[in-house]
Amino acid sequence: MASLARTPLYDLHRELGARMVPFAGYEMPLQYPAGILAEHRHCRAQAALFDVSHMGQLRIRGEDPATALERLVPADIRGLAVGRNRYTMFTNEAGGILDDLIAGREEDGLFLVVNAARKAADLAHMKAALEPACRVEPVEDRALLALQGPRAAAVLARLEPAVDTLRFMQSGWFELGGVRCRVARSGYTGEDGFEISVPAAAAVELARRLLAAPEVAPAGLGARDSLRLEAGLCLYGHDIDERTTPVEAGLAWTIGRRRREEGGFPGAGTILRQLREGAPRRLVGLRPEGRAPAREGTEIRVPGGEAIGRVTSGGFGPTVGGPVAMGYVDAAHREPGTRLELLLRGRAVAAEVVRLPFVPHRYRR
Amino acid sequence: MTTYYTEEHEWIRVEGDSATVGISEHAQEQLGDIVFVELPEVGRRLAKGEQAAVVESVKAASEVYAPVGGEVTEVNTALEDKPELVNQDAEGEGWFFRMTLADPGELDGLMDREAYAKYVESLA
Repeated sequence: MASLARTPLYDLHRELGARMVPFAGYEMPLQYPAGILAEHRHCRAQAALFDVSHMGQLRIRGEDPATALERLVPADIRGLAVGRNRYTMFTNEAGGILDDLIAGREEDGLFLVVNAARKAADLAHMKAALEPACRVEPVEDRALLALQGPRAAAVLARLEPAVDTLRFMQSGWFELGGVRCRVARSGYTGEDGFEISVPAAAAVELARRLLAAPEVAPAGLGARDSLRLEAGLCLYGHDIDERTTPVEAGLAWTIGRRRREEGGFPGAGTILRQLREGAPRRLVGLRPEGRAPAREGTEIRVPGGEAIGRVTSGGFGPTVGGPVAMGYVDAAHREPGTRLELLLRGRAVAAEVVRLPFVPHRYRR
Repeated sequence: MTTYYTEEHEWIRVEGDSATVGISEHAQEQLGDIVFVELPEVGRRLAKGEQAAVVESVKAASEVYAPVGGEVTEVNTALEDKPELVNQDAEGEGWFFRMTLADPGELDGLMDREAYAKYVESLA
């Protein structure tokens, strides 16, 4: 196995007592001594600090990068004003998803954040399609911190009050402790919060300053996963991949109106047809009865009958106080309130289709 | 009353011809926050090494095996509502089930507390 990469915060994680695990080629904190449940609850109640430096940060500059990127994604990128960001996905010719990402407009081009496991592939994909008219450059010298939770804004405003002028999915450049950072009001927990792109050399000091706030506790990948699942947010490689389309995944809202009319992105034929006629299957939220978590891969059935899909993400929702899952079902069974069955270790457990998210989003709009 | 341990991190406390089974302090620590325990049916006959229970942490599900053969006589129903008892007191209040001993000779291959502590150390 190739050796694992480390983020600029590696030593800090060890110092904080993190249990480190391999993730997407990086050695990352799964949890700290408080444990996943406590970290999850702290994020919902106060504020949690995550190291997400493993994710890919990229810039696209050159000739009209917004129009260029629209050749690869179905979102309206041209319509993005400076300081605005959009969630979108790279699609393939079949309408499948190559990765999901956030694209933001900067004064001098676009700033992208992509999944760690996909960043090399995304870079190659963009270079092949966009160069030489545009230059696609990985941002190698920056860490990425996510400060998430209802107290995140108050904490960050102590370093720079102006960050609180940002609304959800807006970004800007701010001096945080004398260091120029790109701050975006976004995240992967369903809570208000910020994602802070900070020079690698200044990342530990910024993290320590944030952790010194009484409201802030560190949180690892375990809590990040349970938080995003409760928030109904898709995880690439699990809930979405090359075999799922944005419409099947319930991500049609990310496809701009102009893009629906004009097409011009990979897989537009399939995706636009599914928008008109509906997709054959849909990602839904599921609430299993009882306490047993339904994990990824669990078969979903009509009560007492045929298999209609599989769970793609599932576990225990600490804020919900019970098991929660997402999975694909035939479109006929997608309506909230539909009674289904999950096959857990050979035993049928009743489950109900519910509207996502499991825990309401609390973004600052 | 003697407590033995398995390489799969179960403990078994023997009292006469019956025993209590659970997972070790080391196991609960490794698993992290436990959110669900699936217990065997009372009356079920277990062979040594057979899957007897499932313990689910926030992260993943793990199987719990019968340290010896025997019949399940009682299960810790408190775990149904309070699976966190396993985290709080793995080798006490967080016990899983009680069983008869089909063959006390099967205990011979298990580790005592001291040997298990060394075994855990060797895993680090």
